[in-house]
Amino acid sequence: MKHTLAVLVENHAGVLSKVSGLFSRRGFNIDSLAVGITEDPKISRMTIVVDGDEYIVEQVSKQLNKLIDVIKVQDIKEDSVVRELALIKVNATSEIRSEITEIVNIFRAKVVDISKNTMTIEISGDSTKVAAIQNMLQPFGIQEMVRTGAIAIDRGSK
Amino acid sequence: MAITGGQAIICALEAEGVELVFGYPGGAILPVFDSLRESSKIHYVLVRQEQAAAHAASGYARATGRVGVCMATSGPGATNLITGIATAYMDSIPLVAITGQVAVDLIGRDAFQEVDITGATEPFSKHNYLVKNVNDIPRVIKEAFHIASTGRPGPVLIDIPKDVALSSINFKYPDTVDLKGYKPNYEGHPLQIKKVVKAIKESKKPLICVGGGAILSDAAQEILELAEKVNVPVAMTLMGIGGFPGSHPLNLGLLGIYGTQAANTAVNEADLLLLLGARMGDRATGNLDKFAKKAIIAHIDIDPAEIGKNVEVDIPIVGDLKGIVKEINKLNADKKESNWAEELMAKDRLPAQYVEGKGLDPKEIIQELSKMSNNDMIVATDVGQHQMWTSQYYKVEKPGTFITSGGLGTMGYGLPAAIGAKMSDTEREVLLITGDGSFQMNLTELATAAQENLKMKIILFNNSSLGMVRELQQQSFESRYFSVHMTGNPDFSKIAEAYGLKSIRVTDKKDIKNALKEILESKDGILGEFFINLDVNVVPYREGI
Ligand SMILES: Cc1ncc(C[n+]2csc(CCOP(=O)(O)OP(=O)(O)O)c2C)c(N)n1
Repeated sequence: MKHTLAVLVENHAGVLSKVSGLFSRRGFNIDSLAVGITEDPKISRMTIVVDGDEYIVEQVSKQLNKLIDVIKVQDIKEDSVVRELALIKVNATSEIRSEITEIVNIFRAKVVDISKNTMTIEISGDSTKVAAIQNMLQPFGIQEMVRTGAIAIDRGSK
Repeated sequence: MAITGGQAIICALEAEGVELVFGYPGGAILPVFDSLRESSKIHYVLVRQEQAAAHAASGYARATGRVGVCMATSGPGATNLITGIATAYMDSIPLVAITGQVAVDLIGRDAFQEVDITGATEPFSKHNYLVKNVNDIPRVIKEAFHIASTGRPGPVLIDIPKDVALSSINFKYPDTVDLKGYKPNYEGHPLQIKKVVKAIKESKKPLICVGGGAILSDAAQEILELAEKVNVPVAMTLMGIGGFPGSHPLNLGLLGIYGTQAANTAVNEADLLLLLGARMGDRATGNLDKFAKKAIIAHIDIDPAEIGKNVEVDIPIVGDLKGIVKEINKLNADKKESNWAEELMAKDRLPAQYVEGKGLDPKEIIQELSKMSNNDMIVATDVGQHQMWTSQYYKVEKPGTFITSGGLGTMGYGLPAAIGAKMSDTEREVLLITGDGSFQMNLTELATAAQENLKMKIILFNNSSLGMVRELQQQSFESRYFSVHMTGNPDFSKIAEAYGLKSIRVTDKKDIKNALKEILESKDGILGEFFINLDVNVVPYREGI
């Protein structure tokens, strides 16, 4: 079972390694990790997706909370807004460009670069959406793909 | 007034009331040492290896409940501290370790004696700092002492680049700390406390298990009151020794794989288990699938991450043990008619079976020692069979009078830790119980003791072996002994003499008492070497698990 944790940390040097090191030394698996500053520049927010049962997630949260630089750990609810960003460079000769463009439109993705033989697609969404477009583009031949970790925010006024 | 970073560090230590620093010099830490030299308030102790500086600071901390301070230079000085920091971390001992670092603009270039010590100590320090700006020194030191000594105590490392210690700063020591991410919770939840009291009332076979938290939170008195008020038997983890009087009729002794049969059987029969400041490591629980299966488990700990980590808990309470047990005592659970574990304990009270053979029985020595010594003496041990015999047969009556490396099991801890304890109050009797293996790990610290004019008392169990490992090979590897014979051992009495200690050698059973008397009464430093029977094991204690 995947859980998304929002971890607010002091924006110091070394904090990222303290947090990521904790995962490996406690034997927890991180699916993805994304970091950036928040509305308060002194505070960064890490979005960490972990794979594990209730026990693991509880342990992860407690151990994270023990780090002095960690200000708050929040378990993000399943119905929250979750986004990943992916850039996919796919083989695209002039004959198949329109076919690819059609897929891009359906997914409300964007073509961000084009060359004689390739197109680069930008897609944002939750991981299923990213996986879905990846699937659709696979047959054309994906040359390169890069994906960020998920970022997430709870809905409404919470 | 502007002072240097090095001076600022010393001013800050003085402001924290630090009276002792254990350390070892080197290039990168020299600006700090240059200021330390000037201090009239801090007594500095030069050890013989940095590991010992950390262990001595830890022995001091365990004996006093205060923060121990150690210092080392960059690179090898810092890496030598590591074992001591990890040892303190595992046993939640408050330390502040200050290391020198290469100058800021050399960091990352593999400069001479550069090592990433904050990176290295991350997994086993409570927190650490690399101070790149001299103006951060007062805040960082204030925070370090606060973090080390509050909540669940632990070691904090501060790495100071040489140029930072040489820069100038307008020193002002802050009164408070502002740490958004660190607010330990001391108050136990009242509803949870009520639940515990209810569970105590409803239980027929309640059992208390005391851990190191009892000593760290100074809760021994409250726990004694609880146990006596309700008539609850008490088992202890290794770190809990001293948290409940050793010879108290309700004391079941040590729990776990080296524990007493009574304690281990009681855990399996109890219907309520109160875990008081115990982290329930694998040595204490043995096989988790069989641990306390009939019991409702209440766990009180200052560190929320300990609750439910190893043992599944029914009533968790996060907070300071002392205050919480006080609250429990106020809510008056009725006194049980009798101590339900009395029968289990009776068997354990039978005199130990001494093994006759070549050499003395160490159990006999420890039992005699326990009878003869007063309750105030601090006993420090090293790691191995002698540590387990001491924890099984020596009755520790008061918190802070038993000093041992529980969580990490660090051989070589004993002597420097005993020195640290002795330095906290040189009038205090401190006795080290060690083995020939452990002793040789840090015996050069005898020079530190000599230099400080400490009259160290040492009992050395000589079995010319790494006894504990040998025992493991006997039990689990069909006696295929390897790498456990200490051939080449020195003549320890000559070693003692070389460092200015008296020495006695004991080979005959009938001399045990006199020898112990001589050691205990000696006004001089003394090393008593007891030649023990190699065939005496710790293992029979495993029965019942
Ligand atoms: C630094 C360190 N290295 C290795 C060990 C593994 N170890 C545990 S007990 C022991 C033997 C201890 O021998 P000694 O000090 O003579 O005590 P004895 O068991 O004979 O009483 C060893 C090697 C350890 N605990 N610590």
